[in-house]
Amino acid sequence: MSPRIRLALFVISLLGFAAIFAAGARELKPVGQYPGPYGDVLNAAAVPERHTTDVVTAINFDYRGFDTLGEEFILFGSVMGVLLLLRQTQDERRKENPEEEAGGGPQASDAMRGFTLALVGPLAVFGLYIVLHGQLTPGGGFQGGLIIATAPLMVYLSGRLEEFKAVTSPHVIEVAEAVGAGGFALAGFLGLLAGRNFLANVLPLGKTGNVFSSGTILLISVLTGIEVAAGIVLAIRAFLEHALEIELKGGKTR
Amino acid sequence: MILLIIQFSVLLLVASTALAVVLTRDPAKQTIGLSFFGLLIALMFFVFQAPDVALSQIVVGAVALPMLIMLGLAEVRRHRGERTRGKSGKSK
Repeated sequence: MSPRIRLALFVISLLGFAAIFAAGARELKPVGQYPGPYGDVLNAAAVPERHTTDVVTAINFDYRGFDTLGEEFILFGSVMGVLLLLRQTQDERRKENPEEEAGGGPQASDAMRGFTLALVGPLAVFGLYIVLHGQLTPGGGFQGGLIIATAPLMVYLSGRLEEFKAVTSPHVIEVAEAVGAGGFALAGFLGLLAGRNFLANVLPLGKTGNVFSSGTILLISVLTGIEVAAGIVLAIRAFLEHALEIELKGGKTR
Repeated sequence: MILLIIQFSVLLLVASTALAVVLTRDPAKQTIGLSFFGLLIALMFFVFQAPDVALSQIVVGAVALPMLIMLGLAEVRRHRGERTRGKSGKSK
């Protein structure tokens, strides 16, 4: 295809898209003006019903908790897929001393090493804070879990591959991943055991505004946090290991 | 009014950064741009009053996704190097 035809095709599709987009945008309400009833209903119901001041978390872990269960298993499945794809195959082998062999690249600067190492603690604490305060302020298990997962990444970025591998020992992280994912589903069964719906709240709701309030929402948020943090760490570790420590058999290129 | 100006400038920043990422040809440089773009998208979510989404976007868009792409790129380059060297060794 010559550049000219390509440009003509691009301009035609751009004009068509612009027309449809403009027609669609004309009907849009201004930002923040939501025409449906559900937002107002949930805003009014969440605090008295579930003692949560962050309605988004109440929707994620209670009103639409079943959707979140599905989403969590999407993440679980993707992480399993990554681990399966990046496993050590028969025509590959482990490098004998990867740290020496990988010495060709530029070393991280002292400033970068110091800064990333100093970030490890604050990131872990901030992640835990976001997980535990999901029912009170924006955040929750998913966001907090992601932030926790960046803490071991900072260990690697500070130039400590061995420490990174020790911190992210698969024995521990894989168990955490399974506990988080399975625990969410089991927490749903608590409702069934109490003779109510799947994922219905059975725990004491506590006082609105306290950390230990909102019943199952906090429990599920913590379990999701464990699952997400473990899943992301497992995926990053698999990528790192494959890139740094595994090579094709016979290919003595380094 | 101030909020409107901030929202407009963030949208403008997101659009121009997206264009810059698309127009970058080198994948490694593109990934660095993508990381910055992810950070701006998080800022956009925050300015449009969606802090829950902004929190996850910061990590996914600015750290996790670029990191995985970078490691994937390193993998592709390494394999390409091993394969071409292996082939030239056999045929010549």
